[in-house]
Formats: sequence, C-alpha cells, structure tokens
Amino acid sequence: MNLASPLARVRGLGSAKQGTEHFWQQRVTAVLLAPLCLWLVISLLGLDLEDYGAIVVWMRAPMNTVLLLILVVAACHHGQLGVQVVIEDYIHDDGQKVTSLIMVKFLAIVAGLASILAILRVFLG
Amino acid sequence: MAGRAKSPLSPHLQIYKPQLTSVLSITHRGTGVLLALALLLLPYWLLSVAAGPEAYAVLLSHFSAWYGKLLLLGLLFSVYYHLCNGIRHLVWDLGLGLDLDTTYLTGYIVVFLSILMTLATCLWMRIS
Repeated sequence: MNLASPLARVRGLGSAKQGTEHFWQQRVTAVLLAPLCLWLVISLLGLDLEDYGAIVVWMRAPMNTVLLLILVVAACHHGQLGVQVVIEDYIHDDGQKVTSLIMVKFLAIVAGLASILAILRVFLG
Repeated sequence: MAGRAKSPLSPHLQIYKPQLTSVLSITHRGTGVLLALALLLLPYWLLSVAAGPEAYAVLLSHFSAWYGKLLLLGLLFSVYYHLCNGIRHLVWDLGLGLDLDTTYLTGYIVVFLSILMTLATCLWMRIS
C-alpha cells in the first residue's frame, strides 16, 4: 500500500518514462553517423576546398545533397541528446538545468534548420 | 572532525588515480561536447557556400589562419576519436567485450587508431 500523498507521488519519484527512447535514439543516430561522418571527411579530403565551384558542384549532386541532409539531422539530434546527458549530470540547480536544456534544444533546432536551408538553397540555386 | 576522518569516502576525482578507462570515458564526453559546439559552425560553412564566392572566401580566410587550422585539427581528432570510441560503445551495448582485458585492449586500439587517422589526414592535406 502506498501511503504517500498524491502530491508526493507526483513530485518526482520514479522515472519520466522517456529513458529508453533517449537511449535508443542516441544509438540509432550513432549508427547512422558513423558511416556518414567517414563519408563526409573522405569526400571533403578529395575536394579542393579552396575551389568554390568544385564545392558547389559536389554539394549539388543529388546523392550528396540527400546524404548531407541526413547527416545534419542525425548530427543535431545526436548532439542534443548527448549534451542533455552532460547537463543533467553536472548542473544541479533546477532552474539552470531546465534553462540550459531548453537552450540546447533550441540551438540544435536552429543549427539544423539553418543547415537544411543552406543545403537546399545550393541544390536549387 | 577526528571522528569523521575514519568514515569511508567515495573516490575523489582530484585524488583518484586516472586510469585508461576513466580517461577515455571523459575524453569521449569532451570530444562529444566539442563536436556539438562544432555543429554551430556547420550552418556557417553551409550558409557561406549558399551565399556565394565572396562569403566563402571570408570563411576560407578564417580557416586558413592559425586559429582556424588549430580548430580544424581539434575537430578532426574529435571526429575520429568519438567515432572509434563510439563504435567501442556500440559493441559494449551488444554485451560484447566488457571484461577488463578486452576493455583495455580496445581502449588502446581506439587511442592508436584515432591518432593514426588524424596524422594520416594531416599528411594527406599536406601532399594534396
């Protein structure tokens, strides 16, 4: 029998029931990012990075555009999940913790959307 | 205080002797945070390409300066290290290689590989 008041029960014992989802998404994005990061580094090493035209031609190739889009989304999601854990581990003040968590989520969305916009602009432009 | 001195203490990070396992673990976090910060530079690179040759030239001038090169070197090592050690983590998630000997062996492999890959990339950029 649980003698705790409903308020005490609500106030935070037990998990938020979102841990598995966090764990799983971090792993799925990791599996995606491993080959994609290698692909990006190797592709960029094969290009003359001082040649603007060459970069644009490379980015516009449909396969490269698609892979870049997937890479950006997976990387922003993975980065947000990772930094979230670091914040939860090291920031103990509730106010600071929640503020930083929201800020990191917001930054990840902004970075992701700006990148997607740029990739599409080069592809269509 | 004399009475308290005998009560057990949990390992104190500043006193606890660093081990390969703990150092590699915190390096995974460190490189992860650095790469997350680099994600804020990713749209800068992509938007510069989208904005045209002039904007791209400005970006190039930053990344060919000493601080840009240093940053790229750090990011390159971080990508390789986080990638190699990340695969080590994924293998652990499968329940494999969790005994102490294998953990140390794979740890040394990760350090060796990520340094080797960084050096090879630098050498490649020098040549080409």
